[in-house]
Amino acid sequence: MKITSLNDLQEVREQGLALLHPQKIKISVGMATCGLATGAGKVWDALAGEIEKAGLDIALEQTGCMGFCQQEPIVSVQQPKKPRIFLKKMTPDKALELVSSLQNNAVNTEWILAKDESERFLIEDKTVPYDISEAPAVFADIPLCTDIDFYNKQLKIALHNCGYIDPGNICEYIAKGGYTALFKVLHEMTSEQVISEVKRSGLRGRGGAGFPTGVKWESCRKAPGTPRYVICNADEGDPGAYMDRSVLEGDPHSVLEGMVIGAYAIGSHQGYIYVRNEYPLAIKRIRRAIEQAREYGILGENIFGTDFNFSIKINRGGGAFVCGESTSLMASLEGKIGEPRAKYIRSVARGLWDKPSNLNNVETWANVPLIINRGADWYASIGTDRSKGTKIFSLVGKINNTGLVEVPMGVSLREIIDTIGGGVPQGKKFKAVQTGGPSGGCIPERLLDLPVDYEALTEAGSMMGSGGMIVMDEDTCMVDVAKYFLEFLEGESCGKCVPCREGVRRARQVLSRITAGEGNQGDIELLEDLALTLQDGALCALGSSAANPVISTLSYFRDEYEAHIRDKRCPAGVCPDLIEYYIDPEACTGCTLCARKCPNEAIFGEKKQPHRIDTEKCIKCGACIEVCKFGAARKRSEGRK
Amino acid sequence: MITLTIDGKEIGVTEGTTILEAARMFGIEIPTLCYHPVLSAHGSCRLCSVEVVQRGWSRVVVSCLYPVAQGLEVKTNSERVLRLRRGIIELLLTRCPDSERIQALAQQLGVDKPRFERDEHECILCGLCVRVCHEVSEKHLLNFVDRGFEKEVAAPFYEPPEECIACGGCAYVCPTGAIRIVDGKPEFLWQRNKQRSGEKDG
Repeated sequence: MKITSLNDLQEVREQGLALLHPQKIKISVGMATCGLATGAGKVWDALAGEIEKAGLDIALEQTGCMGFCQQEPIVSVQQPKKPRIFLKKMTPDKALELVSSLQNNAVNTEWILAKDESERFLIEDKTVPYDISEAPAVFADIPLCTDIDFYNKQLKIALHNCGYIDPGNICEYIAKGGYTALFKVLHEMTSEQVISEVKRSGLRGRGGAGFPTGVKWESCRKAPGTPRYVICNADEGDPGAYMDRSVLEGDPHSVLEGMVIGAYAIGSHQGYIYVRNEYPLAIKRIRRAIEQAREYGILGENIFGTDFNFSIKINRGGGAFVCGESTSLMASLEGKIGEPRAKYIRSVARGLWDKPSNLNNVETWANVPLIINRGADWYASIGTDRSKGTKIFSLVGKINNTGLVEVPMGVSLREIIDTIGGGVPQGKKFKAVQTGGPSGGCIPERLLDLPVDYEALTEAGSMMGSGGMIVMDEDTCMVDVAKYFLEFLEGESCGKCVPCREGVRRARQVLSRITAGEGNQGDIELLEDLALTLQDGALCALGSSAANPVISTLSYFRDEYEAHIRDKRCPAGVCPDLIEYYIDPEACTGCTLCARKCPNEAIFGEKKQPHRIDTEKCIKCGACIEVCKFGAARKRSEGRK
Repeated sequence: MITLTIDGKEIGVTEGTTILEAARMFGIEIPTLCYHPVLSAHGSCRLCSVEVVQRGWSRVVVSCLYPVAQGLEVKTNSERVLRLRRGIIELLLTRCPDSERIQALAQQLGVDKPRFERDEHECILCGLCVRVCHEVSEKHLLNFVDRGFEKEVAAPFYEPPEECIACGGCAYVCPTGAIRIVDGKPEFLWQRNKQRSGEKDG
C-alpha cells in the first residue's frame, strides 16, 4: 500500500504495534553482526527449531544490536502481563531450556541481564508502562535496564530503536513513530523551515569533522546547478569502529527518513548510500528497507501523496579507507579511482559529477527525524555549548564492558570508561584512550576528565572522529601503538600526494626502527619534522591528520620513546626485539607445563626443579606466560647498552 | 578583475585565475613538479604550496589549484612555506636520489642530504605523462595502477600499448627522465623493471 494520509500512517502504525507487542510470548534475538559473531545465529536456529517442534505459539523475531557486546548474544523475552527481560550470553543449549522454561513459567534468573517495565517512545516523549500484573516475585530483584551502569549514563537517540524493532519490517519502525517527521516535513514545512530547524538544533557532522549540518544543507540548496545529490557516507573504516554498521543493521529506516528529509530541504531527487562491501548484513538490511519504503510510497514518485520525488541507490565500496573521505567517495561513485581532490571549491557547490552534492554520514542522517519531531530546542538542550546532541562511540580494547554506547555530548571520558565501560579488566592500570580512529590521538589518564566535545578533543591533540574509542592498559607500548596506526595509514594512503605517500611511509620506517631497538638520537625530531610536512602539505584529511598518533604519543608519552631510543628498552614489555623471557627460579615449581607448551623447545629443566629459558631459541611467543599457573614465567626489558 | 597581494605586491587578474598563474604573470617564481601550463592541475607534488591569509586566518594551499579571491594575501616564501617545501623535497630526494631535476630543486631549497635511507625509484608519480596521454594526444593509454607506495604508472595489462602513436609527449613532460624514447617509441618504467627482474631471474 502507498501511504498518502495520516490515517494510512496510523493504520500501518497499528499493524506495527501489534507486531511489537503481540498478545503472546515473543522472543527477539539480537542479530546484528556483533551478535552473529558470538553465535546469535545458532541461538536463533535452536529457538526456531524448538518452537516448531513443540508446535508453540511464540513469536520469534530478529532485531538489531542492544549495544552491550560483552553480553552477546542477547535475547529479549516479552510475556503477557510480565516485564520484558533481557537474557545475556545465550547459547543454543540455553535457548532450548528457555523455550521449555517459558512453558512452566520458570526462566533461569541467572541468565537475566536486566528488565524493562515500560516502553519508551522517544519521538513522542512518551513512556508506556507494560502490564506487569503477573510479574513473578523473582523478577523483583532484577535491575531495570536504565538502572545498570552500562545503560544509565547513556542517552540513546540515534540508537533508540536498535534492539527494539525488527529492522526488516517497516511497520515496526512506523510503530515507534517513524516517518512521522517526514510526513510533517512534506505536508507542513517549507525547505527553508527544515534547514532552519536543523541549523538551530546545532547538529554537526558525526563523521568526524563536525561541520554544522544545517549550514551544509543551506549552501548546497543555494548552490547554482541541478540536479543536486544527497549522499550517505557509510564507508566506515576506522579499525575498531562500528557505529554506522550498527545503525544500518538495527534501524535502517531512520537513515532513509533522514535522507528524504534532507533531500526535500536541499531540493534533490537522487540519493546514494555509499556503503563498504565488508558490511554484507548492513547492505542487505538497507536494500530491504529501500524496497519496503518504495512499497509504502516513502521513496520513489509522489512521496506521501505529495509531488516530491526521491530515490536512493546503494553503491558498495571496494575496500579503500580513503573512500570515506568525501571527495574520494564521490570519485569512486563516479566510477573513477577513489582519490581525493582539493576542496578549494567545496562539494556542496561542485561535487558528484560536478553538481552540488550534500554528503553526511549515517549517524548524522539518523539524528534528523528526531530533530524534526522533537524540535531544534529539545535537541540543542542536550550537550555542550558547541557540541549538541549525542555521540555514539564503540568502546573497545582493554575494557570490561565492550560495546556501543551513545552518550550526550559533554560527558567526560572518565565516565564513559569507568562507569559505562566498567574500567580496565584484571585490575590493570589504565594508560591511554585512543579516540578518533587512525587519525586521532591517544589521551592519557590525567586528561580523562575532558568532556566529549569536538573542540575539547581537538585541543587535546585527538579528535572526535567517527567514534572509535580504544582503551589501552599498562601493558600497551605507546610507540608500538603509533607504529600500528601508521602501518594502517601507510597501507591505506591512496598515493596521490607526496607528503602522505612518502611521509607516512618514512615515519612508519622510523617507528619500526625505534621499536626494533635501532633508534637513533634525532629520530624524535625527524618524526616531528615529518608531522609538520604532513599537517601542512597533505592533500586530504587522511594525510594531514596521519601524524596525530605520533604527535599525541610523543607529547604524552615521550619518555617511552626515549627509553626505546636511548636505553633500547620497552617499558611496557611489548616490543619483541627489546624484551627477554625468563623464569623466576623462586616461583617455578618445575611442573614442566611450560616446557611442554613451548613450540620451539626453548625451555629446559628437570621435573620439580626450576626451569630455564634458552634465550637464543626463545621466539617470544608468550605461550609460557600464558600457561604458567605460578606466575614464574615472565618477561623483562632491561635495555641494551 | 580581482585584486590580491602576492609577497606584498598588489596585482590584478581575472577571476578564475589560480595563484600560480597569477604569480607567474607577474614574474614571481614558485617551484613546481607536477604542473604543466597546458595540462589540468593535479595538485599532487605539493611543492607549489603557498600561505594564504584571508580574514586574518592563515593556511597553506597549493597554488596550482587555488583560485584567486578579492583581497587575498599570498605569501610564497614565508618560513612556513619554505619549511614545507624542504620537507617535501627531502622526501622526493629520498625516493629518487638520482634525478637531476630533484637534486637541483633540493639544492635550491637548501637540502643536501636526505635523513632517510635512500630508495632507487625513478618516477615521482606526478602524473604528467598520464595527463598528456589523456588531454593532449587523447589516447588514454596510461594511468595509475595500485595505491600508496605501490602505486605506479602503467598501460593496461602492463603491455606496450598498441595504440600508442609515439607522440613522445609523455617522455617530454617527465621531470625525472623515467620515460625514455628508445627506437622512436616510449619506454616505460614498468618495461625496464620487467627486463631487470627477468635478468635477475635468468
